[in-house]
Order: sequence, then structure tokens, then C-alpha cells
Amino acid sequence: MVDSSEGTTPKKRGSRDLTGIISPLQFVVGVSLALIAGAIILLIFREDPIKVYDALLQGALGSKRTFAETLLSSTPLIFGGLAVAVGFRCGLFNMGVEGQIVLGGLVAAYIGYAWPLPPGIHLLVALLGGTIIGAFWGAIPGYLKAFHRIHEVITTIMLNYIAFAIASYMVAVGGPMKAEGQLPTSPKILESAMLQRILPGTRLSSGIFIALFVTVLIYFFLFQTRLGYKLRVVGFNAEAAEFAGISSKFMTIFAMFISGGLGGIAGAVEVLGVHYRFYENFSPGYGWDAIAVALLGLLHPVGVVAAALLLGALRSGSVAMQALANISKDMVYILTALIIFFTAMNQTMRPFLERRLSRLNLRSSSEAAPSQDELQEQAR
Amino acid sequence: MQNWLQALNLTLLLAAALRSATPILYAALGGIFSERSGVLNIGLEGMMLISAFTAVVGSYFTGNPWIGVLAGVASGLLTGFIHAFMCINLRADQAIVGTGINIIGVGLPNFLLLKIWGQQGITPIVERIPEWRIPILADLPVIGPILGQQSPLVYLALILVPASWFLLFRTPFGLRLRSVGEQPHAAETVGISVYAMRYSGVLLSGVLAALGGAFLSVSYLAQFVTVMTAGRGFIGLAAMIFGRWNPVGALFACLLFGFADALQAAAQAASVPIAPQFLLALPYVLTIVALVGAMGRATPPAYVAKPYEKA
Repeated sequence: MVDSSEGTTPKKRGSRDLTGIISPLQFVVGVSLALIAGAIILLIFREDPIKVYDALLQGALGSKRTFAETLLSSTPLIFGGLAVAVGFRCGLFNMGVEGQIVLGGLVAAYIGYAWPLPPGIHLLVALLGGTIIGAFWGAIPGYLKAFHRIHEVITTIMLNYIAFAIASYMVAVGGPMKAEGQLPTSPKILESAMLQRILPGTRLSSGIFIALFVTVLIYFFLFQTRLGYKLRVVGFNAEAAEFAGISSKFMTIFAMFISGGLGGIAGAVEVLGVHYRFYENFSPGYGWDAIAVALLGLLHPVGVVAAALLLGALRSGSVAMQALANISKDMVYILTALIIFFTAMNQTMRPFLERRLSRLNLRSSSEAAPSQDELQEQAR
Repeated sequence: MQNWLQALNLTLLLAAALRSATPILYAALGGIFSERSGVLNIGLEGMMLISAFTAVVGSYFTGNPWIGVLAGVASGLLTGFIHAFMCINLRADQAIVGTGINIIGVGLPNFLLLKIWGQQGITPIVERIPEWRIPILADLPVIGPILGQQSPLVYLALILVPASWFLLFRTPFGLRLRSVGEQPHAAETVGISVYAMRYSGVLLSGVLAALGGAFLSVSYLAQFVTVMTAGRGFIGLAAMIFGRWNPVGALFACLLFGFADALQAAAQAASVPIAPQFLLALPYVLTIVALVGAMGRATPPAYVAKPYEKA
């Protein structure tokens, strides 16, 4: 029997339905399986998995300082995860978050040291500057997708490298943002642009509250506003959306604008709250981890926060793991990839899990993808 | 003032361009086989990294870089199999699986590096594949310095371009491969196994990406450095689209990228008064501009990224 949904009405390229495919239960199952597989890998290399996982746990949550570091690494992952999730909700794969983070950090640092504004306002302007540059940088692939049908995966990757080059030029020897001295960094930002540190003796800044506040905003936007609804409809079925009078071109650009803005604010918060200056590679690949965060977070803001905390814990725990168990801290990348693999096996696991799910009724109606009937009802 | 212009030796520049183009070309060819069969492969970068590392391990323990290349190819078959199994049998989202392979490409080599050598980020120097001097060809003026003395893996890549073209467009195998990427249901009805053809495409893709990775680590350099592919797998994907999923077109795209890369390195060495970062960004800007210009014609295979359910 031929799959009729694919045979007769092929979906528009790029409009993917990821919204319902990874369930909370799958997340738990995926993480557990990944930890087991990781343990097997460790056993193959004659390592004690219990010792390694214990070191990882201690390093992530063992003390006030490590707990603060976990929240600290989670902060950019929340923003980045939301960025990727908003893209996916509209059927777009934003692989350019890393570039958006870098440019957001760059602009925030520039405003932070070069514009002496009153306290309060200064911080706000710096945050906004970083967000806006990210938003416009993200809107470019949106525009290219909408009007030139160029796949966003290619353009977002290309724009990453262009962003890295711009950033590198800015702080390289002779660059316009280079501080005095040997190191390729920008000058330190003024105190009025710094995010407050909230836990004495640690680097934790109020950035985590901004991240949580933005999470609420994005939740409200996606599920409580007309625009957010339209965005999801386009992601669900671009053709049906056009039928219902929604411009998928506009929504594509708009979704990438929001997504890029979230990447930009991630970089801004990182610079204004942690490093206080811009330097190349200040982001250790948060933009790439963000993809994993979004997928593990079921493309839902609450899930994104949970997944960001998990990956943030892995990241901060990896340092102690390397020191205590003499395992490369990059072991956490293997774990991350395993988590992705095991949750991506959704298609085969889905029928089994869905039966469980319907009984547990874990999925609220608000986050389920809009149905065809709903679409027609809402169309005007 | 013209000193830097003289320092830029054109033949040396073109020879360097060819070397820079080679790993990208392997990735692009790999992408073509996978996508022509209907499977998106954004995991090329990770496949290259794992192979680059495996090749160094092979060369280190046997002292023979060719065994390293073989080990790399074996790793490519393995990563290709993982991608194929997840995407074809389990019908997992192909972009997600590729992302997972890219992440593992960062983590696994570094994990093993510390295990094997007890050091981080960089392996010891290993035996590398020396350049071959092609008799007659090397003695020709102009062409000699460019083409006459290159790594055998550079020659292999160049030979693989017409070979891949022939395989794809002039053999029954190629026709079947393309048919499952364009119309899997129709292909199935005439007795072509969609799964088998897609497995062939993805496994070939893994092998080709692996050759690109091995070239980097045991021929271009003689060691593995963490994330040494530096995005070449992604650039290969761009070259594939640029070349419209055709090996010959991809070759020209790769040569363009290779030239920009070589120019950037040469310009830096000759202290040309242009910021090297702008030359670095040039190929990416060019890609976007070219894609904007070429659109309408650059249509991917119809069933790329769409899982196929057996009838």
C-alpha cells in the first residue's frame, strides 16, 4: 500500500511536522537509553561508568559553585534552544544560531564599552542591540527562503562563517574593536552595562532570569497570540496556511527574525553577564548544542528549559569529570549525540509510546499541532 | 608597493587551490550520492572528522598511512550505516540524525585521543602519504607545478568526478539510485528496492566523506587536530547544491572554494593589505550570491529528506 499522504499531496519542501513527534516520555526513555549506551562505551574502554557518572553529577550539582556554573551554561542554551524551536515550529531549521550568538555578543560589547549611557538604560540598550542584530542576521535566510527558495540550512551555515569572519576582524590586530594589549579582545564593558551577579562567590548573573522571562514571552507568543498561531500553522502545513489566507512568505521571514533575535540575545547576555568583553570563540558552541536542546525540549518552551538545564549540567559537570575520572570532557558530546539518536528513533517508537501517552494524557491541547478542522475554523 | 603582488605566485596558488578543494570535493561527491538517493546528509562534517581521526590511529599503529586511509574508509562505512539505518529503517528525521553525527564527530575523537595518547586536542605526528610525481605531466610548463606533484588522494578525487558522473548518469545503477530519490513509489513498482538503493547512496556517501577526512589528516597534514575539518563538510554540501547535484558542477564549485581559500592563505603570507577575514568570508558570500542567481534551476531531488515507507 502506497503512503497516500506522501503520494498525492506532497508537502512543501521544508515544512516539517516535528511538533508532535517527540513526546515527554520519549525524552525520558531517550535520555535513559543514552546513559546506558554511554555506560557500555565506557565499559568497553575499561572505565567505571558509575564513577564517571558520579563525577559528572558532582561536577554539575555538587556545590554552590558548580550549581551556579550549571545555571550559567544553561542560560545561553535556553535562548538558543528557543531560537531553534521557534524556527522548527515554522518548519525552518535554523542552523545559524552560533553566528547569531557571536554577532549579538559583538554588538552588545560594542554598546557596552563605547556608549556611556545612564545605568539601567545602558544595559537595556546593549541587550536590545545584540537582539536586533541577531534578528536581522536571522531574517536574511528567512528572506532568501521566502523569495529565492534557497534552503535555510545552507544559508544559515554560510552566514555563520561570515559572522565569524566579521567578529574575528573586529578584534584582530588593527581591527576597529581591538582593545590595547596583546589579546584579540574588545575593551571591557562599562559597569553600567553589566548584568548583576546574583550569587556571591560565583559567576551566576541575572541572565538566567532574563532567559526564564523570555521563555514565558515565547510561550505566550506561540500559544496565545494570533501571530504565533499563524507561525505554527505555516510550520504544520504551508499549503494549507496559504489556503487559509496566511502569507507563508511573511511568516517565514518573521519566524527567522524572532529566532535570530533569540540567538542574538543569547550572545548579548553571555557577554554582558559573564565575560564583560567580546573575544572570538566566547561561545563554546552553544549554537550547535541549541539544536539538541530544542529537539529534546519537544520544541516547547518548558521542554527547552528542561533540556537546557540537562545539557548545561552535562557541560558544567564535564570539567569535574575530566579532572576526577580522567575522561575527556568531550565525552558529554557523545552522550548528547546518543540522546539525540535515541529520541530521534521516534517513528518506530511512536505507535508504542502514543498508546501510553493517550492514557497518561500528557499532551495539553494548546501545544498540539492545529488540526485541519481547527485551521478551517480559524481561517477568515 | 607591488611587492605583495609579485609574492603571489599563480602556479603555486593554483596547486594550493587544488589541495584545498580536495576534501570539499570528497564531501560534495558524498552529498550527491546520498541526496540523489533521497537521503539528506548534513552529517558529512562528523563523518569526515571521525575518519580523519581513525586514519591517524591506523597510520600510527601500523606505520602505513594507506592502512590509515583504509581504516578511515571503514569508519565511513560505519557512520554511513548508522545514518542509513536511522534514516531509512527507523525513518528518523534526517536532519536530526545528521546533527547527531556531527556532534559525535566532535566528541568521539577527543574522547579516544585522551584514551590512546593521554593528551588533548592533537595527536602525535604520524606517517603521511607523500605526493606523487607524475613523470611527463610534472615536466610540463605551467601545468606541471599545478598538477604534476600532488597527493594520490588529490588525483583520486579528480578521477572520481567523471567516474561518479558516469555511474550516476550512464549506468543502470545510477538510474535506479536517482529514481528512488525522485519517485520512490514508481521505482518500487518496477521492482527497484528503495531501501537497497538508499543504503548504497548513504554508504557511498560515508566512504567518500571518509576519504576527504583521511586526506586531511594523513596526507594534507600528518596528524589529527580537534575539529580539523573546520566546516569543510558543510561547504561540501554547499558545493553540491551550487553544482546542482552533479559531480562536474560540484567540481567547479569546489575549485572556486579552494581558490578562495588558497588566495586567502597566500595573501596573508604575502601581507596583502586586505584583512584576511574578508578573504575567508568570500567563498560563503559568493555561495549565497550564486544561489540567489542560480535559483529555479537548482532543484533538489524530489524525495530528499522524506522517509520512505515500504509498500
